[in-house]
Amino acid sequence: MMRDVLAAFVLLNVVVLIVTYLTYVERKFAARMQSRIGPYRVGRPHGWLQPIADAIKLLIKEDIVPALADRPVYNLAPIVFLLPSLLIFATIPFAPGLGLADLNIGILFFLAVSSLEIVGLFMGGWGSNNKYALLSAMRAVNQIISYEVPFVVTALIPVLLAGSLKLSTIVQAQEGLWFVAYPVIGQLAFVAFIVATIASENRVPFDILEAESELVAGFRVEYSGMKFALIQLAEYTHMFGVSCLGALLFLGGWLGPGLPGWAWFLLKALFIFLLVTWVRWSFVRIRVDQILGLSWKVLLPATLVLLMATGFWVALGGGHVA
Amino acid sequence: MPDLEARKVIELGYGGSERLVMNMGPQHPSAHGVFRMILTLEGETIAAMDSVIGYLHRCHEKLGETLTYAQYPSIASKTDYVAAMTSELAYVLAAEKIGKIDVPKRAQYLRVLVAELQRIASHCLWLGTWCLDLGGALGGGATVFLYCFRERELVLDLFEALTGARLLYGFHQVGGTRYDLPEGWATRCLESVKRIDQRIDEYEEMLEANTAFLVRTQAVGVVSRELAQEVGIAGPLLRGSGVEFDIRKNDPYSSYADFDFKIPVETAGDCYARYRVRMQEFRESIKIVRHVLDGLPAGPISSRPALKSVGQVRIPKGEAYARVEGPRGEVGCYVVADGSPKPYRMKWRGASFSNLAILPHIVPGHKVADVVAIMGSVDPVFGEVDR
Repeated sequence: MMRDVLAAFVLLNVVVLIVTYLTYVERKFAARMQSRIGPYRVGRPHGWLQPIADAIKLLIKEDIVPALADRPVYNLAPIVFLLPSLLIFATIPFAPGLGLADLNIGILFFLAVSSLEIVGLFMGGWGSNNKYALLSAMRAVNQIISYEVPFVVTALIPVLLAGSLKLSTIVQAQEGLWFVAYPVIGQLAFVAFIVATIASENRVPFDILEAESELVAGFRVEYSGMKFALIQLAEYTHMFGVSCLGALLFLGGWLGPGLPGWAWFLLKALFIFLLVTWVRWSFVRIRVDQILGLSWKVLLPATLVLLMATGFWVALGGGHVA
Repeated sequence: MPDLEARKVIELGYGGSERLVMNMGPQHPSAHGVFRMILTLEGETIAAMDSVIGYLHRCHEKLGETLTYAQYPSIASKTDYVAAMTSELAYVLAAEKIGKIDVPKRAQYLRVLVAELQRIASHCLWLGTWCLDLGGALGGGATVFLYCFRERELVLDLFEALTGARLLYGFHQVGGTRYDLPEGWATRCLESVKRIDQRIDEYEEMLEANTAFLVRTQAVGVVSRELAQEVGIAGPLLRGSGVEFDIRKNDPYSSYADFDFKIPVETAGDCYARYRVRMQEFRESIKIVRHVLDGLPAGPISSRPALKSVGQVRIPKGEAYARVEGPRGEVGCYVVADGSPKPYRMKWRGASFSNLAILPHIVPGHKVADVVAIMGSVDPVFGEVDR
């Protein structure tokens, strides 16, 4: 018992630390894309203390609650938003045996918990009593319902190939060949997974719920100080979680020569994170109706067809023989 | 058209409609300054739109009556601060028209040169901010924005070398220009426009191959040819709707007739057409800049003696309207002179002000996200709208 609590505590802190530094990675990466330098002043070399400085700044900022906000809902929302993002790490195996709980329904747990995020998001949008926030929450529900489905369908393709819902088994099934390298099916599924990932993370081009040029900052427009920091943390944690999932499902998790398993795993997760970031900083946002259209008319049928094709292939003896 | 009836229904709360009135601006990331829109929404769709302007009113026209012909050009810059050279030029053209003052050929060419460089700088700012509207400050929009500002900086550096100022220049004066080209400026200018020319290719590559950009701009905010003419919009908006009208061609001033350039016209009338028109204008402007520097005549830069006092320029009694093609359309200046060193009355025709009038005609029926796309494609500058 004590050991489990300690392990959870360590994991939580490691994840939060990694996520804090992901913001730094993203800022530097975006800066390179835009021919800028990015954070540079706080900490030598290359402003490496910037995330810490940001966190301290947000901690000591005044916490403002709008006069007409629904206070309990408003105050609870950031926590409800953050919780599922942290919970998903419970089931992620960072290396063989290095993980909290390698559930035999790991992926199911992941998908179920990560979609709980919407509750916190909607609470924030509703509780703020702000029209922009409300509109954003409305969009969020639309979008997450639409993209959760193709996201789950694409996540099922590796499950079919490996013949297991357990994340560590899925990784072991990729011992010979990573799923992304499977002919045609692997690549298409990976692309669909990235698209669904971007949408479920609400990033450009699917960031209609933040949409600062229309809705100012969307559901978090009224949040300040530490509550804002929690929301930000939740978003990046979720993003990191989904990147980890991508690494497990398609890129062979901890498998790789030379480096220790956890290092390979983090590198692969970072790769997916940077892929998403690359898309983010080179696309413009698309409209809410176009996003829904893309999901229901293109992505969902395409992933369903892909899933069926994978099923046939596995039935005919392809895939991993367990 | 303010849809007051529609709003009344909501405010009184009857009619059973589920409409929501949302205020956008004057402090809003996409207000392009201080524009306020009162949107009546049905879900995400806009049912009606009211626009409120005047937050940046600085009594520019009254100010023009209290300043002399020598002083005001530097202040005229502040109407449209994104294209300061344009409004200065309109003012001095009006004064010259009344006083029948000749302008030396070299000064005329210099005026064309700075006007075209100004168009490039202004379009850079437009493209950057418009992409910010489309893609957000935390996405690809910011990338295009920063690229555009990098290129705008090249033009501003040129202006700085020429006039000592980066935003508001005071370059034009009645009878000619105030400054001549410094040594080595022409070579530097040619290098800069060459770089900008290459970078424009990069923008086009980045945007036009991007499906997200296309679906956000094509068939959005369509202005028909008839509507465009009826409302009286000008500049790239008008040309994006298939009307071939450009004052540089239709009513040439300052020796524009000497140069060979095309007037880009697109017929679709949507945001994408306006984008295409402006992108082609970039190229035409670069062409004109090269042409001017190629055949720049020698000679004086002003037909009048250098200024020694502010009251030195007196314009005889009379009145005139002068217009120039600014980056945003027709910029006109109407001056009534009474023989004193100050105009008796002056009036601006701001291109942004007239262009903004199109918004209530095209915005209803679109989604909230399209409002900012349409607004950005109109490219208003609120210094010029409110004056």
